[in-house]
Amino acid sequence: MSVPRKAVALISGGLDSLLAAKVIQEQGIHVEGINFYTGFCVEGHTHAIRKKDTARPKRNNALWVAEQLGIKLHIIDIIEEYKDVVINPKHGYGANLNPCLDCKVFMVQKARQWIEAKGFDFIITGEVIGQRPMSQRKDTLPVISRESGADELLLRPLCAKNLEPTRPEREGWVDRERLHGFEGRTRKPQMALAAAFGFEDYAQPAGGCCFLTDKQYSHKLADLWKARGERRYELDDIMLLKVGRHIRPRPNFKMIIGREEGENRFLQGYRKQYTHMLATSHPGPLVLIDGDAGPDDLDLAAQITARFSQGRNADSVAIEVHTPDGASHSLQVQPMPGAAIPRDWYL
Amino acid sequence: MSGNELDARRMLCPMPVIRTQEKVEQLQAGDTLTVFCSDPGAIHDIPAWCRVNGHEVLDIRRQGEEITIRLRVGEE
Repeated sequence: MSVPRKAVALISGGLDSLLAAKVIQEQGIHVEGINFYTGFCVEGHTHAIRKKDTARPKRNNALWVAEQLGIKLHIIDIIEEYKDVVINPKHGYGANLNPCLDCKVFMVQKARQWIEAKGFDFIITGEVIGQRPMSQRKDTLPVISRESGADELLLRPLCAKNLEPTRPEREGWVDRERLHGFEGRTRKPQMALAAAFGFEDYAQPAGGCCFLTDKQYSHKLADLWKARGERRYELDDIMLLKVGRHIRPRPNFKMIIGREEGENRFLQGYRKQYTHMLATSHPGPLVLIDGDAGPDDLDLAAQITARFSQGRNADSVAIEVHTPDGASHSLQVQPMPGAAIPRDWYL
Repeated sequence: MSGNELDARRMLCPMPVIRTQEKVEQLQAGDTLTVFCSDPGAIHDIPAWCRVNGHEVLDIRRQGEEITIRLRVGEE
């Protein structure tokens, strides 16, 4: 009697990883899922910080996929270790600050360590040749296998027939004939396979599952590094880049302005860490000041804060400024006209 | 019954789930864990994580912004 084999599937929450895991499950292999949290993940709940988005279904897609498959899911915090991938990518960045190839190598490497620790036999990913311009090309898939150390234990069930047989195929743990040969950017084969398995309502994130592929987000991260004079970040930094309107009036400070109630509530959680201000004479947003702002800077920030309050057309708006040491003072300012805020102040 | 607690307030999902997972790994089958959170997403995610990993949600309470989820650790 053959030994029951066990595989771990990298589950992003998207369709490809769902299908890849299902294809292997169908061959009688015990599959469990692993999902990595980098801090840059595009999360339904991060969007849900904004009140207007609360009508969207709040679900973690990786957990949803695990439920569809009936498998265990292990969510792993890699925030700290991942910093080196973002800051020093050996293979460089994609169109924005997305280090896709290094990211995939890193995640498969972590999965390899996981299977060694847990006694699993091989790793599955939902990669498809030609699906993504940087990490999923015919010439980069072997790089991932090699540099992660997974080598022949990394199986891509959706495009396996276009690749050399891996150890699970050669040893007969899985039947290569029942794997697939998908290739290219078309999603039609995946959608047909999803229909065949009876999957509906799966996530189809247009920009992938990572904020680093987003042009505006990457611009804000690059600005953060430039302003600090070094390429480093903490989790709070990258969370705040997802929220609010970011305006940098001067090199030494920027403003993070809540755009609606949900964001204001989220920003309130940072009041003790940052100098912050808000209008007291009129309703208006909570504004965090990131950087080293002097009295003249705070006066300018107050004028901009007044511009985004409901007192924008008033002659004068009262702004209260709070510093992290608990002190506060009031400023009476004339709101800055919208047209007076240069476009390049907006990040 | 044990009185294990986890404070996951101010964490955004999936961090409350990750911290719950880490805490559960230190507990024995049958132990209970009370998780305090503030991200409304945790109301969906922690029970979903429990379902796929074989743990039982005993109750979920919401008072203002604070959410309290009590669960019982399942067998491996």
